[in-house]
Amino acid sequence: MTSKIKSFSELKELQEKIKAARDSRQQRITICVGTGCLAHGAMSVADAFREELDRRGLSVKIDFRKTGCHGFCERGPMVILAPENIFYQHVGVSDVGEIIEKTLLKGEIIDNLLYANPQTGEKYVKEDEVPFYKRQTRTVFGMNSKVDPKKMEDYLAVDGYSALAKALKMKPGEIIREVVTANLRGRGGGGFPAGRKWEETSKAAGTPKYVICNADEGDPGAYMDRSLLEGNPHLVLEGMIIGAYAIGSNEGYIYVRNEYPLAVENINIAIKQAREAGLLGENILGSGFSFDLKVNRGGGAFVCGESSALFASLEGRAGEPRAKYVHATEKGLYDKPTNLNNVETWANVPFIINNGGDWYAGIGTDRSKGTKIFSLVGKINNTGLVEVPMGTKLREIVFDIGGGILNNRKFKAIQTGGPSGGCIPEAYLDMPVDYDELTKVGSMMGSGGMIVMDEGTCMVDLARYFTNFLANESCGKCVPCREGVQRMKEILVDITEGKGREGDIELLESLASSIKDGALCALGTSAPNPVLSTIRYFRDEYEAHIKEKRCPAGVCKALITYSVDSGKCTGCTLCAKVCPVGAATGEKKQAHKIDSDKCTRCGACKESCQFDAIIVR
Amino acid sequence: MMEEKVKEIVQGYGGDRSYLVPIMQDVQKEFGYLAKDALLAISANLGVPVSRVYEVATFYKAFSLKPKGRHHISLCMGTACHVRGAEFIASNITTLLGIKDGETTEDQEFSFETVGCLGACALGPIVVVDGEYHGEMNIAKSTKLLKKIGKKV
Repeated sequence: MTSKIKSFSELKELQEKIKAARDSRQQRITICVGTGCLAHGAMSVADAFREELDRRGLSVKIDFRKTGCHGFCERGPMVILAPENIFYQHVGVSDVGEIIEKTLLKGEIIDNLLYANPQTGEKYVKEDEVPFYKRQTRTVFGMNSKVDPKKMEDYLAVDGYSALAKALKMKPGEIIREVVTANLRGRGGGGFPAGRKWEETSKAAGTPKYVICNADEGDPGAYMDRSLLEGNPHLVLEGMIIGAYAIGSNEGYIYVRNEYPLAVENINIAIKQAREAGLLGENILGSGFSFDLKVNRGGGAFVCGESSALFASLEGRAGEPRAKYVHATEKGLYDKPTNLNNVETWANVPFIINNGGDWYAGIGTDRSKGTKIFSLVGKINNTGLVEVPMGTKLREIVFDIGGGILNNRKFKAIQTGGPSGGCIPEAYLDMPVDYDELTKVGSMMGSGGMIVMDEGTCMVDLARYFTNFLANESCGKCVPCREGVQRMKEILVDITEGKGREGDIELLESLASSIKDGALCALGTSAPNPVLSTIRYFRDEYEAHIKEKRCPAGVCKALITYSVDSGKCTGCTLCAKVCPVGAATGEKKQAHKIDSDKCTRCGACKESCQFDAIIVR
Repeated sequence: MMEEKVKEIVQGYGGDRSYLVPIMQDVQKEFGYLAKDALLAISANLGVPVSRVYEVATFYKAFSLKPKGRHHISLCMGTACHVRGAEFIASNITTLLGIKDGETTEDQEFSFETVGCLGACALGPIVVVDGEYHGEMNIAKSTKLLKKIGKKV
């Protein structure tokens, strides 16, 4: 526990004291315990390290740290050994003894724990040599692997809160100018310039003024906000306090998804620590400025990511959006001036203050500045969170950082922007990724989800998936969204079930434009995007479903049949064992058969077959 | 007993009506679901009309008006999980448990629900059983998982 820091010089002293106590040459074991690694069993690996270090009496000598997400989630649990930064992946409890014995004490590398390039087989020893990390610019996210989110000292040791100290010595207008110069655009998806929003809120009449952090990350396929809030909560807090000072706000909220329990836990710990240290609350760092905030858990409604719905939810009502004739900057929460920014937007602020707006504006493209964290998931080799400068080419993200398509299959499309975005086909792989370029091809930045698809993904099914999601999540307040999206879904369900009719594509297109024009909030107006972009680039797939009653990707259950390639089948009986309805049968060591009348097309046989003998048509 | 607990939770938030959602979350955490009496008690203690409490209870997916099973299974249906075959797993779980999304088995042993996105997309598809994450799920693994927590398959 830190006692109250009463002045800027006291903060500086404390940072120096913590840094001095940490020898950079000291051996350190860092293990990622972000949600991804936890799901891979990282906590028991961490416990095993602790125990083993204690048992050998090494605990005082070795700095052992449990940190938030490092981004390379698919390779978890991950362990890094400093000062050499040796990178071990897929570490299990049984590896712990060996790592301490060989690497820590003798400096030997354990070959089978190293990351190997899935295509070339080449192995890498150090973290920054791994291609996944090498090509990234991890300005915001890189700090995650240096701090234990539950320990404020760790954040102070990397000069945490020095941007706040700097900001409190500036005039509010000067801070806003830096953010305007930086041209930081909203990372939640809208891309609205944050500086302008801050300016508007600061000028708006009415008290109190609120600052809110939108951590209701509902986009399926994106999880950077979760990882930032879980892994480095003080960074987000620091950004918010700076923003509050610049805007002239003394109260704030963090609205976080109920589905993210670890984020809720870590941000609450961070708030408590910051309050005790005098970085939050009355008279922050002796500057005379006071600001405090509360954490509010969402209720699991996607629409609550939309600003006016989020305010309704914070006010204790159903999360229904309202028409925004008046901006939230003038009338937001409780009709008071409100500045709402997303987690990643707030996390960028300390870097802008520390390095200046010009420095920030030097990164990225003409109209999109800085770096952006993308969640690169789906049918891709290196899955995880990736931070690159705006303007990085899609191809570089997918193939150089992402390591290409899973199982050496063919790239088909990449979906960006979540349910509000669209699919981008191969032809645009050399496109630089920024807000405007993505919009040009019918998609959008959104919160930065990137879902890679190979030829085994059916684009009509994907459009159905998104409209189904949005029809479920529509709050129901306005007709175009409530009825229109529902109708789009019904048409798409029909098409995927082989009941598609001529004219359905045109009907979808016309419905889409009505919904776009008529819906009340961004959930509705962007709902047609996934449908329109899949029609635009994969119209032939729609036509195959409607005219030929065929699903080219072999996904839509009603249009496919399973059979066995008797040439490839070895009679291993595995398919018969896993088939839940007894449709797959045969004698041992003889080719099997699938009774298509019994078959429920669950896919268990295809998944289990080691010989690629199950044919889907 | 329920009424007292609800009163205590409401007082913990200083009786502030804007905390309706977190209060309901806490009440649900305490009892596993929001019973009719609990909704009435929230309304009475907070001074918010029952209709409003009910509106909020039915609007947000996090709230359940029915008791849940002893084992809670949620399957992530996020896009990343979807393209990696989450729907095949959903139909397997539905077949094996004999219940649909959002339902609880008659013996109160299992409840099953699908969720939008759990934010652990790199490990998709993901099944969460009683708060524990199981990543890189497939059809066969999901059957094994159900067996492990006590389903006779």
